[in-house]
Amino acid sequence: FRTVEPLEYYRRFLKENCRPDGRELGEFRATTVNIGSITTADGSALVKLGNTTVICGVKAELAAPAVDSANKGYIVPNVELPSLCSTRFRSGPPGEEAQAASQFIADVIENSQIIAKEDLCIASGKLAWVLYCDIICLDYDGNILDASAFALIAALKNVQLPSVTINEETGLSEVNLKQKNPLVIRQHPVATSFAIFDDTLLIVDPTAEEEDLATGTVTVVTDDEGRLCSVHKPGGSPLTGAKLQDCITRAITRHKEVKKLIDKVIKSIKPK
Amino acid sequence: MTSLLSPSPGDTSVLAGLYGPVEVKGSKELPDRAALEVLLRPKVGLPGVLERSREQLLRQTCEAVVLGGLHPRTAITLVLQVLSDAGSLLSCCLNAACMGLLDAGLPLTSLFCGVTCALDPDGAIVLDPTTRQERDARAVLTFAIDSAERKVLATTTKGSCSVEEMQQCLAAAQRAADTIFQFYRDSVRRRYSKS
Repeated sequence: FRTVEPLEYYRRFLKENCRPDGRELGEFRATTVNIGSITTADGSALVKLGNTTVICGVKAELAAPAVDSANKGYIVPNVELPSLCSTRFRSGPPGEEAQAASQFIADVIENSQIIAKEDLCIASGKLAWVLYCDIICLDYDGNILDASAFALIAALKNVQLPSVTINEETGLSEVNLKQKNPLVIRQHPVATSFAIFDDTLLIVDPTAEEEDLATGTVTVVTDDEGRLCSVHKPGGSPLTGAKLQDCITRAITRHKEVKKLIDKVIKSIKPK
Repeated sequence: MTSLLSPSPGDTSVLAGLYGPVEVKGSKELPDRAALEVLLRPKVGLPGVLERSREQLLRQTCEAVVLGGLHPRTAITLVLQVLSDAGSLLSCCLNAACMGLLDAGLPLTSLFCGVTCALDPDGAIVLDPTTRQERDARAVLTFAIDSAERKVLATTTKGSCSVEEMQQCLAAAQRAADTIFQFYRDSVRRRYSKS
Protein backbone atom coordinates (compact mmCIF):
# COMPACT_ATOMS: atom_id res chain seq x y z
CA PHE A 1 0.00 0.00 0.00
CA ARG A 2 2.84 2.33 0.83
CA THR A 3 4.38 2.08 -2.64
CA VAL A 4 1.13 2.02 -4.56
CA GLU A 5 -0.66 4.91 -2.88
CA PRO A 6 1.92 6.82 -0.83
CA LEU A 7 -0.26 9.89 -0.41
CA GLU A 8 -3.20 7.95 1.01
CA TYR A 9 -0.85 6.03 3.28
CA TYR A 10 0.47 9.30 4.65
CA ARG A 11 -2.95 10.86 4.98
CA ARG A 12 -4.04 8.06 7.27
CA PHE A 13 -1.20 8.85 9.63
CA LEU A 14 -1.62 12.61 9.42
CA LYS A 15 -5.27 12.25 10.41
CA GLU A 16 -4.05 10.84 13.73
CA ASN A 17 -1.54 13.71 14.00
CA CYS A 18 1.53 11.52 13.73
CA ARG A 19 3.85 10.21 11.03
CA PRO A 20 4.86 6.71 9.82
CA ASP A 21 8.20 6.86 11.64
CA GLY A 22 6.38 7.52 14.92
CA ARG A 23 7.16 11.21 15.21
CA GLU A 24 4.68 13.93 16.06
CA LEU A 25 4.02 16.63 13.47
CA GLY A 26 6.21 19.07 15.36
CA GLU A 27 8.99 16.71 16.33
CA PHE A 28 12.50 16.70 14.92
CA ARG A 29 14.58 13.63 14.18
CA ALA A 30 17.49 12.74 16.43
CA THR A 31 20.27 15.26 15.76
CA THR A 32 23.90 14.30 16.25
CA VAL A 33 26.93 16.43 15.55
CA ASN A 34 30.61 15.57 15.38
CA ILE A 35 33.09 18.44 15.24
CA GLY A 36 36.66 18.39 14.04
CA SER A 37 36.59 15.05 12.21
CA ILE A 38 38.55 16.19 9.15
CA THR A 39 42.11 16.93 10.27
CA THR A 40 43.27 18.28 6.91
CA ALA A 41 40.63 21.02 6.95
CA ASP A 42 40.89 24.15 9.07
CA GLY A 43 37.47 23.39 10.53
CA SER A 44 34.93 20.66 9.99
CA ALA A 45 31.67 19.24 11.27
CA LEU A 46 29.50 16.24 10.52
CA VAL A 47 25.79 16.55 11.22
CA LYS A 48 23.20 13.79 11.18
CA LEU A 49 19.49 14.64 11.22
CA GLY A 50 17.98 11.17 11.38
CA ASN A 51 19.40 9.58 8.23
CA THR A 52 20.34 12.81 6.48
CA THR A 53 24.11 13.14 6.80
CA VAL A 54 25.93 16.32 5.86
CA ILE A 55 29.59 17.13 6.30
CA CYS A 56 31.06 20.62 6.13
CA GLY A 57 34.77 21.32 5.69
CA VAL A 58 36.21 24.84 5.90
CA LYS A 59 39.53 25.67 4.27
CA ALA A 60 41.13 29.06 4.66
CA GLU A 61 43.28 30.62 1.98
CA LEU A 62 44.81 34.03 1.44
CA ALA A 63 43.77 36.39 -1.30
CA ALA A 64 43.69 40.07 -2.15
CA PRO A 65 40.43 41.76 -1.18
CA ALA A 66 38.12 43.17 -3.85
CA VAL A 67 38.77 46.72 -5.01
CA ASP A 68 35.43 48.11 -3.84
CA SER A 69 35.55 46.50 -0.38
CA ALA A 70 39.22 46.64 0.54
CA ASN A 71 38.72 45.71 4.17
CA LYS A 72 36.54 42.65 3.67
CA GLY A 73 37.46 39.02 3.31
CA TYR A 74 35.36 36.37 1.56
CA ILE A 75 33.24 33.43 2.64
CA VAL A 76 32.43 31.10 -0.24
CA PRO A 77 29.89 28.37 0.54
CA ASN A 78 29.29 25.49 -1.83
CA VAL A 79 26.69 22.81 -1.30
CA GLU A 80 27.20 19.55 -3.17
CA LEU A 81 24.62 16.86 -3.60
CA PRO A 82 26.69 14.10 -5.18
CA SER A 83 25.09 11.07 -6.76
CA LEU A 84 26.26 8.92 -3.86
CA CYS A 85 23.76 10.47 -1.48
CA SER A 86 20.62 9.60 -3.37
CA THR A 87 19.42 8.06 -6.63
CA ARG A 88 17.64 11.27 -7.53
CA PHE A 89 20.92 13.07 -8.28
CA ARG A 90 23.01 12.37 -11.37
CA SER A 91 26.76 12.91 -11.54
CA GLY A 92 27.90 15.90 -13.58
CA PRO A 93 27.37 19.64 -13.16
CA PRO A 94 25.44 20.66 -10.03
CA GLY A 95 21.70 20.32 -10.41
CA GLU A 96 19.11 22.95 -9.55
CA GLU A 97 18.65 21.73 -5.98
CA ALA A 98 22.37 21.94 -5.20
CA GLN A 99 22.62 25.42 -6.66
CA ALA A 100 19.52 26.64 -4.87
CA ALA A 101 20.89 25.21 -1.60
CA SER A 102 24.25 26.96 -2.18
CA GLN A 103 22.44 30.24 -2.77
CA PHE A 104 20.37 29.68 0.37
CA ILE A 105 23.49 29.12 2.51
CA ALA A 106 25.18 32.16 0.97
CA ASP A 107 22.09 34.22 1.84
CA VAL A 108 22.05 32.92 5.42
CA ILE A 109 25.70 33.88 5.89
CA GLU A 110 25.09 37.30 4.39
CA ASN A 111 21.82 38.05 6.21
CA SER A 112 22.82 36.87 9.67
CA GLN A 113 26.37 38.24 9.62
CA ILE A 114 27.74 35.06 11.23
CA ILE A 115 31.20 36.43 10.63
CA ALA A 116 31.87 40.08 9.93
CA LYS A 117 33.86 40.09 6.74
CA GLU A 118 35.97 42.87 8.20
CA ASP A 119 37.32 40.35 10.74
CA LEU A 120 38.73 38.31 7.88
CA CYS A 121 40.86 41.16 6.63
CA ILE A 122 44.56 41.05 7.50
CA ALA A 123 45.86 44.14 5.73
CA SER A 124 43.37 46.48 4.12
CA GLY A 125 43.65 46.39 0.35
CA LYS A 126 46.44 43.82 0.35
CA LEU A 127 45.59 40.59 2.11
CA ALA A 128 42.47 38.91 3.42
CA TRP A 129 41.25 35.45 4.31
CA VAL A 130 38.99 33.48 2.01
CA LEU A 131 36.97 30.79 3.77
CA TYR A 132 35.89 28.05 1.39
CA CYS A 133 33.03 26.19 3.05
CA ASP A 134 32.31 22.94 1.27
CA ILE A 135 29.11 21.28 2.41
CA ILE A 136 28.72 17.78 1.05
CA CYS A 137 25.71 15.59 1.57
CA LEU A 138 26.61 11.98 2.28
CA ASP A 139 23.10 10.63 2.70
CA TYR A 140 19.99 12.42 1.51
CA ASP A 141 16.86 11.80 3.56
CA GLY A 142 15.17 15.18 3.34
CA ASN A 143 15.73 18.48 5.11
CA ILE A 144 19.07 19.24 3.52
CA LEU A 145 18.85 22.98 4.25
CA ASP A 146 18.61 22.60 8.03
CA ALA A 147 21.44 20.09 8.14
CA SER A 148 23.69 22.22 5.91
CA ALA A 149 23.14 25.36 7.96
CA PHE A 150 23.84 23.47 11.17
CA ALA A 151 27.00 21.86 9.75
CA LEU A 152 28.21 25.24 8.55
CA ILE A 153 27.92 26.89 11.97
CA ALA A 154 29.49 23.93 13.76
CA ALA A 155 32.40 23.88 11.30
CA LEU A 156 32.96 27.64 11.57
CA LYS A 157 33.07 27.39 15.35
CA ASN A 158 35.76 24.78 14.94
CA VAL A 159 37.94 26.83 12.57
CA GLN A 160 41.35 27.87 13.88
CA LEU A 161 43.08 30.44 11.69
CA PRO A 162 46.86 30.78 11.88
CA SER A 163 48.06 34.30 12.56
CA VAL A 164 49.48 36.14 9.57
CA THR A 165 51.83 39.09 9.63
CA ILE A 166 53.09 41.11 6.72
CA ASN A 167 56.81 41.56 6.64
CA GLU A 168 57.37 45.31 6.24
CA GLU A 169 60.58 45.05 4.21
CA THR A 170 59.74 42.33 1.73
CA GLY A 171 56.00 42.97 1.60
CA LEU A 172 55.38 39.23 1.77
CA SER A 173 53.08 37.52 4.22
CA GLU A 174 54.38 35.25 6.92
CA VAL A 175 52.06 32.58 8.24
CA ASN A 176 52.63 31.42 11.78
CA LEU A 177 51.11 27.95 12.03
CA LYS A 178 51.98 27.59 15.70
CA GLN A 179 49.78 30.45 16.81
CA LYS A 180 46.11 29.87 15.98
CA ASN A 181 43.05 31.94 16.75
CA PRO A 182 39.43 30.86 16.54
CA LEU A 183 36.98 32.85 14.42
CA VAL A 184 34.73 35.44 16.01
CA ILE A 185 31.23 34.08 15.47
CA ARG A 186 28.71 36.85 16.02
CA GLN A 187 25.43 35.10 15.42
CA HIS A 188 24.24 31.52 15.35
CA PRO A 189 21.54 31.25 12.72
CA VAL A 190 19.51 28.05 12.83
CA ALA A 191 17.29 26.86 9.98
CA THR A 192 13.99 25.06 10.56
CA SER A 193 12.20 23.51 7.60
CA PHE A 194 8.54 22.65 7.27
CA ALA A 195 6.66 20.72 4.59
CA ILE A 196 3.12 21.73 3.63
CA PHE A 197 0.66 18.92 3.02
CA ASP A 198 -2.64 19.32 1.21
CA ASP A 199 -2.51 23.10 1.62
CA THR A 200 -3.15 22.94 5.34
CA LEU A 201 -0.93 20.73 7.45
CA LEU A 202 2.56 21.78 8.40
CA ILE A 203 5.08 19.13 9.40
CA VAL A 204 8.53 19.83 10.74
CA ASP A 205 11.78 18.24 9.50
CA PRO A 206 10.44 16.30 6.48
CA THR A 207 12.11 13.08 5.32
CA ALA A 208 12.81 12.56 1.62
CA GLU A 209 9.54 10.66 1.16
CA GLU A 210 7.55 13.41 2.88
CA GLU A 211 9.25 16.07 0.77
CA ASP A 212 8.20 14.27 -2.42
CA LEU A 213 4.59 14.12 -1.31
CA ALA A 214 4.47 17.64 0.07
CA THR A 215 2.85 20.46 -1.87
CA GLY A 216 5.34 23.04 -0.64
CA THR A 217 8.18 23.77 1.78
CA VAL A 218 9.04 26.67 4.09
CA THR A 219 12.39 27.26 5.76
CA VAL A 220 12.72 29.82 8.56
CA VAL A 221 16.15 30.92 9.77
CA THR A 222 16.30 32.64 13.17
CA ASP A 223 19.27 34.05 15.01
CA ASP A 224 20.17 34.42 18.69
CA GLU A 225 17.97 37.45 19.29
CA GLY A 226 14.83 35.92 17.81
CA ARG A 227 15.16 37.99 14.67
CA LEU A 228 14.39 36.50 11.29
CA CYS A 229 17.40 36.06 9.05
CA SER A 230 15.48 34.42 6.30
CA VAL A 231 12.00 33.21 5.46
CA HIS A 232 12.53 31.00 2.45
CA LYS A 233 9.41 29.77 0.77
CA PRO A 234 10.17 28.93 -2.85
CA GLY A 235 6.63 28.62 -4.17
CA GLY A 236 4.31 25.76 -3.31
CA SER A 237 0.86 25.94 -1.72
CA PRO A 238 -0.24 29.31 -0.41
CA LEU A 239 -0.04 29.98 3.34
CA THR A 240 -1.83 32.55 5.46
CA GLY A 241 0.13 35.00 7.59
CA ALA A 242 -1.04 33.19 10.72
CA LYS A 243 0.38 29.84 9.58
CA LEU A 244 3.68 31.54 8.79
CA GLN A 245 3.67 32.95 12.29
CA ASP A 246 3.26 29.41 13.72
CA CYS A 247 6.29 28.30 11.71
CA ILE A 248 8.31 31.18 13.06
CA THR A 249 7.43 30.44 16.69
CA ARG A 250 8.39 26.79 16.22
CA ALA A 251 11.65 27.88 14.59
CA ILE A 252 12.52 30.06 17.58
CA THR A 253 12.05 27.11 19.95
CA ARG A 254 14.17 24.91 17.72
CA HIS A 255 16.90 27.54 17.72
CA LYS A 256 17.31 27.24 21.48
CA GLU A 257 17.58 23.43 21.30
CA VAL A 258 20.20 23.55 18.56
CA LYS A 259 22.22 26.25 20.29
CA LYS A 260 22.38 24.13 23.45
CA LEU A 261 23.59 21.16 21.41
CA ILE A 262 26.34 23.15 19.70
CA ASP A 263 27.55 24.61 22.98
CA LYS A 264 27.67 21.17 24.55
CA VAL A 265 29.75 19.75 21.72
CA ILE A 266 32.14 22.71 21.65
CA LYS A 267 32.70 22.39 25.38
CA SER A 268 33.45 18.69 25.02
CA ILE A 269 36.30 19.25 22.57
CA LYS A 270 37.87 22.29 24.26
CA PRO A 271 40.04 20.32 26.75
CA LYS A 272 42.03 18.89 23.79
CA MET B 1 0.23 29.22 -27.26
CA THR B 2 2.97 31.74 -26.84
CA SER B 3 2.97 35.13 -25.21
CA LEU B 4 5.33 38.03 -24.79
CA LEU B 5 4.93 40.64 -22.09
CA SER B 6 6.91 43.14 -20.11
CA PRO B 7 5.34 44.86 -17.12
CA SER B 8 7.68 47.40 -15.57
CA PRO B 9 7.40 49.05 -12.15
CA GLY B 10 9.61 52.10 -12.59
CA ASP B 11 12.57 51.25 -14.75
CA THR B 12 12.85 47.55 -14.04
CA SER B 13 11.61 45.54 -16.99
CA VAL B 14 11.50 41.83 -17.65
CA LEU B 15 10.35 40.19 -20.86
CA ALA B 16 8.41 36.96 -20.43
CA GLY B 17 7.91 34.40 -23.17
CA LEU B 18 5.72 31.40 -22.51
CA TYR B 19 5.70 28.30 -24.71
CA GLY B 20 3.32 25.45 -24.12
CA PRO B 21 1.79 23.06 -23.50
CA VAL B 22 4.04 21.36 -26.08
CA GLU B 23 5.63 18.01 -26.72
CA VAL B 24 8.15 17.04 -24.03
CA LYS B 25 11.44 15.10 -24.24
CA GLY B 26 11.27 11.59 -22.80
CA SER B 27 13.23 12.06 -19.58
CA LYS B 28 11.35 15.15 -18.44
CA GLU B 29 7.89 13.71 -19.04
CA LEU B 30 5.56 13.58 -16.05
CA PRO B 31 2.70 11.08 -16.38
CA ASP B 32 0.06 13.05 -14.54
CA ARG B 33 1.01 16.71 -14.92
CA ALA B 34 2.56 19.24 -17.24
CA ALA B 35 6.31 19.67 -16.68
CA LEU B 36 7.01 23.32 -15.98
CA GLU B 37 10.41 24.82 -16.75
CA VAL B 38 11.57 28.33 -16.02
CA LEU B 39 14.64 29.96 -17.55
CA LEU B 40 15.81 33.27 -16.18
CA ARG B 41 18.38 35.12 -18.23
CA PRO B 42 20.19 38.03 -16.57
CA LYS B 43 20.87 41.23 -18.47
CA VAL B 44 24.65 40.64 -18.55
CA GLY B 45 26.61 37.48 -18.14
CA LEU B 46 25.62 33.85 -17.97
CA PRO B 47 22.95 32.55 -15.62
CA GLY B 48 24.58 31.66 -12.30
CA VAL B 49 23.61 30.22 -8.95
CA LEU B 50 21.37 33.17 -8.07
CA GLU B 51 19.38 32.75 -11.28
CA ARG B 52 18.99 29.02 -10.57
CA SER B 53 17.58 29.65 -7.13
CA ARG B 54 15.20 32.29 -8.53
CA GLU B 55 14.16 29.89 -11.29
CA GLN B 56 13.31 27.31 -8.62
CA LEU B 57 11.19 29.87 -6.77
CA LEU B 58 9.37 30.94 -9.92
CA ARG B 59 8.85 27.37 -11.06
CA GLN B 60 7.35 26.21 -7.78
CA THR B 61 5.15 29.31 -7.57
CA CYS B 62 3.83 28.70 -11.08
CA GLU B 63 3.35 25.00 -10.39
CA ALA B 64 1.15 25.91 -7.45
CA VAL B 65 -1.27 27.88 -9.64
CA VAL B 66 -1.15 26.13 -13.02
CA LEU B 67 -3.61 23.26 -13.37
CA GLY B 68 -0.99 20.90 -14.76
CA GLY B 69 -3.29 17.92 -14.43
CA LEU B 70 -5.24 19.11 -17.46
CA HIS B 71 -2.19 18.75 -19.70
CA PRO B 72 -0.30 15.62 -18.68
CA ARG B 73 2.87 14.55 -20.52
CA THR B 74 3.45 18.03 -21.90
CA ALA B 75 6.00 20.74 -21.20
CA ILE B 76 5.41 24.40 -20.43
CA THR B 77 8.48 26.60 -20.75
CA LEU B 78 8.69 30.11 -19.35
CA VAL B 79 11.65 32.22 -20.45
CA LEU B 80 12.32 35.48 -18.62
CA GLN B 81 14.82 37.95 -19.98
CA VAL B 82 15.90 40.84 -17.76
CA LEU B 83 15.97 43.99 -19.86
CA SER B 84 16.84 46.47 -17.14
CA ASP B 85 17.19 46.28 -13.38
CA ALA B 86 16.41 49.30 -11.22
CA GLY B 87 15.35 47.43 -8.07
CA SER B 88 12.56 44.99 -7.15
CA LEU B 89 13.72 42.55 -9.83
CA LEU B 90 12.26 39.38 -8.37
CA SER B 91 8.76 40.78 -7.97
CA CYS B 92 8.94 42.10 -11.55
CA CYS B 93 9.82 38.57 -12.69
CA LEU B 94 6.87 37.18 -10.70
CA ASN B 95 4.48 39.70 -12.28
CA ALA B 96 5.84 39.00 -15.76
CA ALA B 97 5.46 35.26 -15.19
CA CYS B 98 1.84 35.61 -14.07
CA MET B 99 0.86 37.86 -16.95
CA GLY B 100 2.60 35.46 -19.30
CA LEU B 101 0.53 32.59 -17.93
CA LEU B 102 -2.62 34.72 -18.25
CA ASP B 103 -1.89 35.80 -21.78
CA ALA B 104 -1.10 32.28 -22.95
CA GLY B 105 -4.48 31.19 -21.71
CA LEU B 106 -3.23 28.43 -19.44
CA PRO B 107 -5.72 27.08 -16.89
CA LEU B 108 -4.90 28.61 -13.48
CA THR B 109 -6.38 28.21 -10.00
CA SER B 110 -5.58 31.82 -9.17
CA LEU B 111 -3.32 34.66 -10.22
CA PHE B 112 -0.33 35.83 -8.25
CA CYS B 113 1.70 38.98 -8.04
CA GLY B 114 5.11 39.88 -6.64
CA VAL B 115 5.62 42.69 -4.13
CA THR B 116 8.95 43.81 -2.70
CA CYS B 117 9.18 45.63 0.66
CA ALA B 118 12.31 47.27 1.95
CA LEU B 119 12.80 48.17 5.62
CA ASP B 120 14.94 51.25 5.78
CA PRO B 121 17.20 51.90 8.82
CA ASP B 122 14.41 53.90 10.57
CA GLY B 123 12.00 51.01 10.31
CA ALA B 124 9.72 52.57 7.68
CA ILE B 125 8.33 50.25 5.01
CA VAL B 126 9.09 51.16 1.39
CA LEU B 127 7.18 49.28 -1.30
CA ASP B 128 8.80 48.59 -4.68
CA PRO B 129 12.21 49.95 -3.67
CA THR B 130 14.75 51.22 -6.19
CA THR B 131 18.27 49.76 -6.27
CA ARG B 132 19.57 52.55 -4.03
CA GLN B 133 16.77 51.99 -1.47
CA GLU B 134 17.42 48.25 -1.51
CA ARG B 135 21.11 48.82 -0.85
CA ASP B 136 20.54 51.17 2.09
CA ALA B 137 17.75 49.07 3.57
CA ARG B 138 18.15 46.91 6.63
CA ALA B 139 16.07 44.16 5.08
CA VAL B 140 14.38 43.51 1.75
CA LEU B 141 11.47 41.08 1.65
CA THR B 142 9.79 39.80 -1.51
CA PHE B 143 6.37 38.15 -1.37
CA ALA B 144 4.32 36.37 -4.01
CA ILE B 145 0.65 36.91 -3.06
CA ASP B 146 -2.18 34.94 -4.62
CA SER B 147 -5.34 36.57 -5.86
CA ALA B 148 -7.90 34.20 -4.33
CA GLU B 149 -7.37 34.80 -0.63
CA ARG B 150 -4.26 36.99 -0.51
CA LYS B 151 -2.25 34.10 0.90
CA VAL B 152 1.51 33.90 0.60
CA LEU B 153 2.72 31.71 -2.26
CA ALA B 154 6.41 32.46 -1.97
CA THR B 155 8.73 34.59 0.11
CA THR B 156 12.37 35.34 0.14
CA THR B 157 14.23 37.73 2.40
CA LYS B 158 17.53 39.55 2.41
CA GLY B 159 18.96 41.00 5.61
CA SER B 160 17.42 40.38 9.01
CA CYS B 161 14.32 41.80 10.61
CA SER B 162 12.13 41.12 13.62
CA VAL B 163 9.02 38.96 13.44
CA GLU B 164 6.65 41.94 13.90
CA GLU B 165 8.33 43.83 11.08
CA MET B 166 7.90 40.85 8.79
CA GLN B 167 4.20 40.64 9.62
CA GLN B 168 3.82 44.37 8.95
CA CYS B 169 5.55 44.04 5.59
CA LEU B 170 3.32 41.10 4.75
CA ALA B 171 0.20 43.13 5.54
CA ALA B 172 1.48 46.04 3.45
CA ALA B 173 2.27 43.66 0.58
CA GLN B 174 -1.21 42.14 0.73
CA ARG B 175 -2.73 45.63 0.44
CA ALA B 176 -0.42 46.52 -2.44
CA ALA B 177 -1.41 43.30 -4.21
CA ASP B 178 -4.87 44.79 -4.81
CA THR B 179 -3.36 47.56 -6.94
CA ILE B 180 -1.35 45.07 -8.96
CA PHE B 181 -4.31 42.82 -9.62
CA GLN B 182 -6.26 45.85 -10.79
CA PHE B 183 -3.41 46.60 -13.19
CA TYR B 184 -3.63 43.02 -14.52
CA ARG B 185 -7.34 43.46 -15.08
CA ASP B 186 -6.85 46.75 -16.91
CA SER B 187 -4.07 45.41 -19.15
CA VAL B 188 -6.06 42.36 -20.15
CA ARG B 189 -9.15 44.48 -20.79
CA ARG B 190 -7.14 46.84 -22.99
CA ARG B 191 -5.58 44.00 -24.93
CA TYR B 192 -8.79 42.21 -25.70
CA SER B 193 -10.97 45.26 -26.34
CA LYS B 194 -8.74 46.46 -29.17
CA SER B 195 -8.87 43.22 -31.11
